Amino acid sequence: MTNKQNPDTQQNVIGRSVPRVDAPHKATGKALYTADMKLPGMLYGKLLRSPVPHARILNIDVSKASSLPGVKDVIIGKDTPGIKYGNWRLFPQTQDEFPLAMEKVRFIGDEVAAVAAIDPDIAEEAVGLIRVDYEELPAVFSVDEALAPGAPLIHDEIEELEGNISIDRNIDVGDLEAAFARADLVLDDTFTLHAVSHAYLEPCAVLAQPDTEDRLTLWTSTQTPYIVQCLLASTLGLPENHVRVIKPHVGGGFGGKMELRPWDFCAAFMARRTGRPVKFVLSRTEELATGRRRHAIKIRSKVGFKKDGTLVAKDFEAYLDGGAYNSMGPTATFLCGNFGAMLYRYPAYRYRGYHVYTNNPPAGAMRGFGAPQAMYVSETQMNIAAKELDIDPIDLRLKNAMVTGDAIEGVTKISSAGFVESLQKVAEMSGWKEKHAAMPPNKGMGIGCYSFISGGVFNWFNTPYHFSACEVRAYDDGTVHLLTMASDIGQGSDTILRQILAQSLGISVENIRITSADTTMTPKADLGTWGSRVTLMNGNAILDAARKIKENLAQIVSLKFNLNVIHEIAFADGRVFAKLKPERGISFAEAVAMWVTANRGRELTVRGYYTPRDKGLTTPAYSFGAQVAEIAVDPDTGIVTVEKITTAHDCGTVINPMAVEGQLEGSIQMGLGYVLSEKFVMRDGKTLNTTFLDYKIPSAEDMPQIESCAIETYEPEGPYGAKEAGEGLAIPTAPAVAHAVFEATGYRCKELPITPEKILRATGKLME
Amino acid sequence: MNKEILLFVNDREQKIVTDPQRTLLEVLREDLKLTGTNFGCNEGLCGACTVLIDGEPNHSCMVRIGEVEYKWITTIEGLAKGEKLHPVQQAFLDEEAFQCGYCTPGMILNAVALLQKYPNPTDEQIIEWMNGNICRCNGYPKIISAIRRAVKLIKEDK
Repeated sequence: MTNKQNPDTQQNVIGRSVPRVDAPHKATGKALYTADMKLPGMLYGKLLRSPVPHARILNIDVSKASSLPGVKDVIIGKDTPGIKYGNWRLFPQTQDEFPLAMEKVRFIGDEVAAVAAIDPDIAEEAVGLIRVDYEELPAVFSVDEALAPGAPLIHDEIEELEGNISIDRNIDVGDLEAAFARADLVLDDTFTLHAVSHAYLEPCAVLAQPDTEDRLTLWTSTQTPYIVQCLLASTLGLPENHVRVIKPHVGGGFGGKMELRPWDFCAAFMARRTGRPVKFVLSRTEELATGRRRHAIKIRSKVGFKKDGTLVAKDFEAYLDGGAYNSMGPTATFLCGNFGAMLYRYPAYRYRGYHVYTNNPPAGAMRGFGAPQAMYVSETQMNIAAKELDIDPIDLRLKNAMVTGDAIEGVTKISSAGFVESLQKVAEMSGWKEKHAAMPPNKGMGIGCYSFISGGVFNWFNTPYHFSACEVRAYDDGTVHLLTMASDIGQGSDTILRQILAQSLGISVENIRITSADTTMTPKADLGTWGSRVTLMNGNAILDAARKIKENLAQIVSLKFNLNVIHEIAFADGRVFAKLKPERGISFAEAVAMWVTANRGRELTVRGYYTPRDKGLTTPAYSFGAQVAEIAVDPDTGIVTVEKITTAHDCGTVINPMAVEGQLEGSIQMGLGYVLSEKFVMRDGKTLNTTFLDYKIPSAEDMPQIESCAIETYEPEGPYGAKEAGEGLAIPTAPAVAHAVFEATGYRCKELPITPEKILRATGKLME
Repeated sequence: MNKEILLFVNDREQKIVTDPQRTLLEVLREDLKLTGTNFGCNEGLCGACTVLIDGEPNHSCMVRIGEVEYKWITTIEGLAKGEKLHPVQQAFLDEEAFQCGYCTPGMILNAVALLQKYPNPTDEQIIEWMNGNICRCNGYPKIISAIRRAVKLIKEDK
């Protein structure tokens, strides 16, 4: 536990709520988001989207649109190089998307054409003038329809595919049949988990500027500038180095901004054709009607227990409704199976996961990435089993909880786990033992738990570069410049990464300038902000760079003070000195100046890298946590009020307590929306609720009282012992609230979300 | 049909010749380059574009520029007095009441209007008043704490 502190100073930066570096600009309106940017001669782009869910394109007539005064460019799929893309470059058959539809459209909203005009209204009008003749094809809108015999093939052009399953994943651990034979209680339930929206407040936007020598610069609202750079270059047929991607401030992402998107391509392509900058800003309706979403998943889970509550086996089968394209669905399919086996020790486990094409809008990555669904199922079944076996739900969990050193055979190893401590702490904080047993009528108390990855070790993007990298430049005025491709999308990485570097070099955060997420400025590579990877991965790259800086400066100080090799050189409080003889030292600035002089004018610039190696198939480190929800149900209306949420969670070392609190509170908001209020209303592939009026995000009045406690463990693979705190926390609220609703009403929700109507039906207050 | 419209934005007179049907949001962002007011939904449902019109909070995406002739508009850029932040801005910084910051200008302006009307609001008043502003990142508790803190800062200022 001691490693996380710098032993050479009292002034630790780790564990302090260092204010966000971007805070003053955000509070004064100076922070620039992509839509705020304007360039001379800039054109405005708009997209034409398919109004039908599945059709062959017979003909597109753009003549009227092209001749509208003010229109500078109109493009359709046939004008483009027609190169497919997708984030799983390692498996080219999974790259199933064209920037603009070529032969077919596959969902309502599929991008068919794009217009660039001198103002947005003209662009909009021109889009309305494009005529497309479609030959409609039979369409499927659920996993069951897509897998039925004779179902239409959505990607008949991919030769490797026989049906609508685009990818599958199996996990087999132990002898399942034998294990189930030992079970005293077997639960076999089918759950239906629904799609929800990221609903980031900033709609997607992009601005492309053509450059000299055929190059181009793209400002885009993304979590993954490197991925956009690579995929944009490949779809344009350009070398990657011709494409510069810059991430301005981003108004939230939650997984929804981590791919190349058609508007990125169209802006770039039309900018090159017209020689003028082109900007796209999506509307909220486009976002809600056609945007990426969390996967709807149908999960059948069979789980066996001994009488005393010991888990013996689990058989977990998931069908993900991927919508029309793979997007990040293959990763969600992979992770869903991993998360099905997390939290508890399952001696035998089987996973069968299928990613299924339908004619719904494509699902993608969304906060939790397969885990909210898998763990809603696991946690609900734990609560069902606790009732059946007459064991307290927390005791049942404690009996089976994963601890440090546990493993899923052939899949992953748990290098640190504060799960038991989280369960114990949340029980104590919430007064579980006394309160849970004696809840008044129409009130309930429930529990849900989670575990999540701190970045993935898989390399389906197939980058030859390190997973994460940074450059650190130390100057003779004592300041340091950190350049990193890690992307701050609001979660605060620009601040946290400065803290890690400041702690390591023993200088103050104010002396560190950061440049992040600009593909020509910041070193290759970083896979971006997703899978809760930034703190651990880029943090480790920064520690690698800091170590190199320190090696160089240690030489200088050793020479100057004639320090024997046995002396350890310390870095603290802006000084470089002999640890045991602190008077033998100089300031960080002086040390850098001397190093530069000694090196005949060279700059002290180093690069740091990190790639997890030999860490299994999933992640280097897992977070854990437990959450208790207290709710009240109005028996006449079925309306649920969440009164209090208590959380104890293990994110390893807390680097910035205020930032972690913000993640927790925001996660509760998103979790409440998932379980109680958010749902896409679909009819034949069409999203009917496309405004915030009828797509209901929790607002201030929906928030409960919140209490929390961080259980600090020390993760050996994490920078200063840190793990993730960005996504896992979004998981437990749904199962905890659902459990509390069951306790209050007897209604066990296996089909999210929980609505007043479902409660009233279950309690007999509403008849068919 | 363009029209000359006179209005006062952040204490400065502005004469704009434009179609009076355009939204205040568009004119602020495109013509006056005040991009601190953010576009979130264009339907008056998220609050990201909240500005003050004669001191009252309004969704600028729902207001036509022709409707605000001779009115006083305050945007996020007009709150600070020189280097000194408005107490509500300061309180948002102190409580770290944002993450991505996209809802922040609207939140701050709506909170300013709240505290002008109710200098000592109850928690219920704060929540009811702020309920039309959506935040997707931090789930509101820090925004509510920031408003409570701003109440104190404003008193200390006086």
